This record gives sequence, structure tokens and C-alpha cells, in this order.
Amino acid sequence: MTTPKMMQGNEACAAGAIAAGCRFFGGYPITPSTDIAEYMARELPKHGGVFIQMEDEIAGLAAVIGASVGGVKAMTATSGPGFSLMQENIGYAAMAEIPCVIVDVMRLGPSTGRPTSPSQGDVMQARWGTHGDHPIIAVAPSSVDECFGLTVRAFNLSERYRTPVILLIDEVVGHLREKVTLPPPDQIRVLERLRPTEPPEWYKPYGSAPGDVPALAPFGSGYRYHITGLHHDEAGFPTERVDEVRPWTRRVFRKIKGNVQHIVRYEAEGVEGARTIVVAYGAVARSAREAIKIARAKRRKVGLLRLQTLWPFPTRVVSEVCRNAQRVIVPEMNLGQMAIEVERIVGDRIVRRVNRIDGELITPQEILEAMETK
Amino acid sequence: MGNEKHSAYDYLRHSKKFPSVWCSGCGIGVVMGAIIRAVDSMALDPNDVVVISGIGCTSRMPVYLDFNTMHTTHGRALAFATGLKLARPDLQIIAVMGDGDALAIGGNHFIHAARRNIGITSIVVNNSIYGMTGGQVSPTTPMNMRASTAPYGNIDPPFRIAELSIAAGAAFVARSTVYHSQELEKYVRMGMETPGFSVIEAVSYCHTTFGRLNKLGGAVEMMRQIKDASITKQAADKLSAEERAGRIVRGIFHHDSSRKEYTELYRAIQENAGGAELADGRIQKMEMTF
Ligand code: SF4
Repeated sequence: MTTPKMMQGNEACAAGAIAAGCRFFGGYPITPSTDIAEYMARELPKHGGVFIQMEDEIAGLAAVIGASVGGVKAMTATSGPGFSLMQENIGYAAMAEIPCVIVDVMRLGPSTGRPTSPSQGDVMQARWGTHGDHPIIAVAPSSVDECFGLTVRAFNLSERYRTPVILLIDEVVGHLREKVTLPPPDQIRVLERLRPTEPPEWYKPYGSAPGDVPALAPFGSGYRYHITGLHHDEAGFPTERVDEVRPWTRRVFRKIKGNVQHIVRYEAEGVEGARTIVVAYGAVARSAREAIKIARAKRRKVGLLRLQTLWPFPTRVVSEVCRNAQRVIVPEMNLGQMAIEVERIVGDRIVRRVNRIDGELITPQEILEAMETK
Repeated sequence: MGNEKHSAYDYLRHSKKFPSVWCSGCGIGVVMGAIIRAVDSMALDPNDVVVISGIGCTSRMPVYLDFNTMHTTHGRALAFATGLKLARPDLQIIAVMGDGDALAIGGNHFIHAARRNIGITSIVVNNSIYGMTGGQVSPTTPMNMRASTAPYGNIDPPFRIAELSIAAGAAFVARSTVYHSQELEKYVRMGMETPGFSVIEAVSYCHTTFGRLNKLGGAVEMMRQIKDASITKQAADKLSAEERAGRIVRGIFHHDSSRKEYTELYRAIQENAGGAELADGRIQKMEMTF
């Protein structure tokens, strides 16, 4: 696995999942994510894992959560329409704090849209798709190599923080083929979920814990407890008491917000002294990198902030990197879903949006134009 | 009775969540009792038993039971259970659902779980109505009966749960009622002992909604109506279709233990792929550690 080879983004994502210890996949076919399911169907049984094609995406994520409750790292993969169907169970996983990874290979929408065309239209759905308030983690790879690495990381974050983690891959990256050198298995950092060490009668699956993440006992390990989507007390039993609902809400937000610096990953290129900063993610960040190369060759003071973590939004990073910028360009294959966040932080006066929602990748030229025009 | 009460007590989270959310006189508790006695008679380790549900009055049952319990989203109990069973074929999984949960919002999962013949015992408490939300029409509400969303009488024909389950591929299909609690217990146990997918329909009543809207009386009257309307399959087979109309036919409608259970079939795939030992090792690691 250490020799360089040609791989597709979706394939690298699936390989990353297996390297991270994923041993269950439940899903439903949908373009452009299906390569991931096909890879898992082929590879999982070899690793003692299980693949199942469920009757729809709702069932796909339900099965994934069920498997995770059994103590198995689990994942599903889908695209926009299926991602919409999964929202209720994403809320369930957030409420019940069950680790799972949801891959959304974004295609042009809304509705059936253009299934084979790329987009980044699900950024806000990843954040706010389910009802109610809850924290979420979402990451977005820009290369095939990163599809592998960020999938491993998605599993680690999910197990570490007992939360659903969403991998937002745009169709360009999902179907991109490029040369990658995957790390040997012993160099991949894989986290396992915390299991309780106290006697079963003391176990509190939703109790206070160091880092605000209580241990999660797999079903069938001698810890008999209750899991529910209702608001619950520390033992997991439904509650309507304000003094029990409130600490839960506080804790689940704290476990993500309090660890933002450990969760957020980004890459900054040439941002020192730059007057123009491009903030980008996914395939568009590749166009942005090219645009910046061209602009810097012309001695323009431009830098790139490439976000790998989209949620929780890297507010601090964006604010610091853009502190002295006179212009912040946010190119996206949507009408400005992340730009809203950037504007919130740096002020909309200096933000310039570059958007496409026609199923075409934003070109370096379009980003260059945004740098040049007054 | 005294003895039975005692053995059931050990399986309840008695110090935690009682009294229950159910209306006094509701039939759901009888079904819970039957499940407890079935598990007890099989001498299963409660650590290996999972009770999983969706949403509704019946789906509140797991919280009272001292097993591994999971109250999921509306209609999805069997989809969650399918993932858990595949990840952990070593566990004995019981899914409890109401008629609306299992057959309306969860209808697709229901037929597909049956089609796969996965080793899950599903118990459908059929009270012909949505109780928790206040008496709306359900996929098993009989024709012409009233519901809060069928104020002029129901025109949607009810699903026939047994026939549907058999056609979809369930290995064991039986029906009894909350009046016949011993028979119910027997069927639950038979379902749990059948390797594949089993469906036990427990005919119940909801006196506070269906009973009130249709002027059928309280819990006692409705229990009596169920008793009077019920008839064994053997007796029903001798009747004409007309004579059978409106009767609750109790009995075993299908029992086939010869079909391979789904997780066994998947294990064969793992064996051929060379991963079966890894799967076994993973499950061993997961079992009781403390
Ligand atoms: S509403 Fe009906 S089904 Fe629900 S607990 Fe009350 S009687 Fe039972």
C-alpha cells in the first residue's frame, strides 16, 4: 500500500474507512457516491466486516447507527437526495451520541438536479439539515489523498466525540483520479471509542465525564442501559425535567465547542502580509491555489486559506488570517453558503463571492477576475 | 399469578421508570408481560437480549425492561435492528412496534426485514389506531370505523398483517390477543426460537381513543370484545368467509425454520472472502468485559 498508485476520490474514501477500522456499511445506491458502496461490498467481508444495501437511505443510516451501538465502527455514503432523507437519523445520532460517519458526495441540486454534476450545495444542510439545535462536525477533502486521510480522521473524531461526522466530498474530488501514496497501516493513527471501566450498576452513558464525552458501552457487553431520541437524563432514561435537559444540551455543545482547536484543520498558503485572501474548500480550493500561483507570479499579495473542517466553522482561524486583508474572496459551487459564515466574521463589505450553480467547476480565471476587478 | 409476578419483577427497571406512561387498563402491558415470561422461560442472559422500538405507545415499552434497550425513530426500529443484528449476530433481538409504526411509516422496512429473513423477533401490537397522538386512523383501522382523522368513517382498507408478512418472507407468523396472554407468550417464544424473521401480531385495544371515538366502552368492555371476537385458526378454517368476517383469527399462520437466516448467509460470504475469523474475534472482544 505504500507504493504510489492511481486512485479515485471515492475509492480512497472507502479505503480510508477500512483503514480507520470501519467494519459496517449500510447504504442505498445513489450517483455520484455509489463507488464507495461497491468498494465496501467487495472489501468489507474480507476484513470480517459487513456490507448491506438497505431499502432506502433512511434505513441505511438507521442500520449504521444500530451497528455502531453494537460496538462496530460504521459508515454510510450518499448524495444530496439521500442526505436529505438521512437528516432525521442524523439528529438521532446527535441526540443519542452514537458515533457514525456519513459521506455525502455532493451533486447539483435541489431535488434530482443534475446527478453527475458537482456542487457544494450541501454545506448548510450538513449544519442545519435536521431539526433542533445540536453540534456537528463536517470535513471537506480537496484531493484523493485527503479523501483517505480525512475519512480516517472523520472516524477518529466521531469515536472521540461520540458524534455523527459528515464528510462533504464534491463530485469533482469524488471522481477525480490522481496518484496517491497511502501510508502504511502502522503509521495511521486510529482512535477507538472509550469503553466504560466502572461496574455496570454505576455506568452513566450520558453522565458528566472528562472532556464531556462519557464512555459508550456496546450492547451485549454486560452494561444494560437505555438509548432514546427523547431528551434523557444521565442514565439515558427519558426526562422532561428542565434541570436534566439543560445539562445535556450544554454538555453536547461543550464537547464540540470546547474542542474546536483540536477539531479544526486548515491549510494557509502565503497569507502573511496578503491583502487578498481566498477562502475555499473542496475542489474549488484547487482552482484557488492555481489562481494564487498565477497572481503571485505577478507579485500580487494574495494568500489562500483552505478549510478542511467546515463545521464547527473555524471562526478563529478565519478571523486571524483575514485580519489585515482588504479583500476576502469566497469561491463556492453554491450561492454562498460558506460565504455567509465568512461575512459574519470579517464583515460583508470586504467579501467578494464567486459562485457557480450550473454544474461546472469554478476556474482559476474566475477567481483571478475577482482579485483584479475593483 | 403470584409466582409469575415475581419472576417478571426481575426483568423490570422497577426503581427507575414506573409508573408507566400507559393509560391504566391499556393492553400493551400484557404484551410486555408475555415478552418477559417468554425470555424467562428460555433462560436467556439479559445481557444478550435487545429490545428495540420505534415511536408510539407500544414503542415506549423498552424503557421499562432491564435489557439492552433502544427507542429509535418513528417506523425505523427494524432498520436499526438490522444493522445491530448484522454487527452482532450473537444478540437476541426483539423489535416492538405499534401498527402505525410498523406498517405505515415503517412499512417498507417491515417488508424488507421479512424478505431478508433476518433473525429479529418483531412484535406488532395492533390496536387499530394511533394512540399516542390521540386517535388518528392507522393502516389497520377497520373500514367504517371512526378516528380523529376519519371523522366520517374510515374508507382505507386495513392491512392484513399475517398475509403481508408471509408474502414478504417471514419465517414465523402468528397472531394472538392481549386476552390470551399465555398463548401470546408461547408465540413470542416460538418466534424467538425460529432462526429467521418472525412476526407476532398481538391484537390489543386503545380504549381512550378508538374506544371512545367508536363508543365501544372502556378497557374491560374492549377486552371482552376481543375475547368474544376471537376464534382459533382451526375453528376459522371451518367457517365461510362471511362467517369469518370481523373475527380475530388466532394461531400460527406460517412456520418455516428451514430457510437460512440472513446473518448466517452473510457469514458464508465472510467465510468465502476469508474474513470470518476476524468477524468472530471482533464479536468475542465485544462481549462481556467487566
Ligand atoms: S393511548 Fe391507547 S394505546 Fe396508548 S397507552 Fe393509552 S390506551 Fe394504550
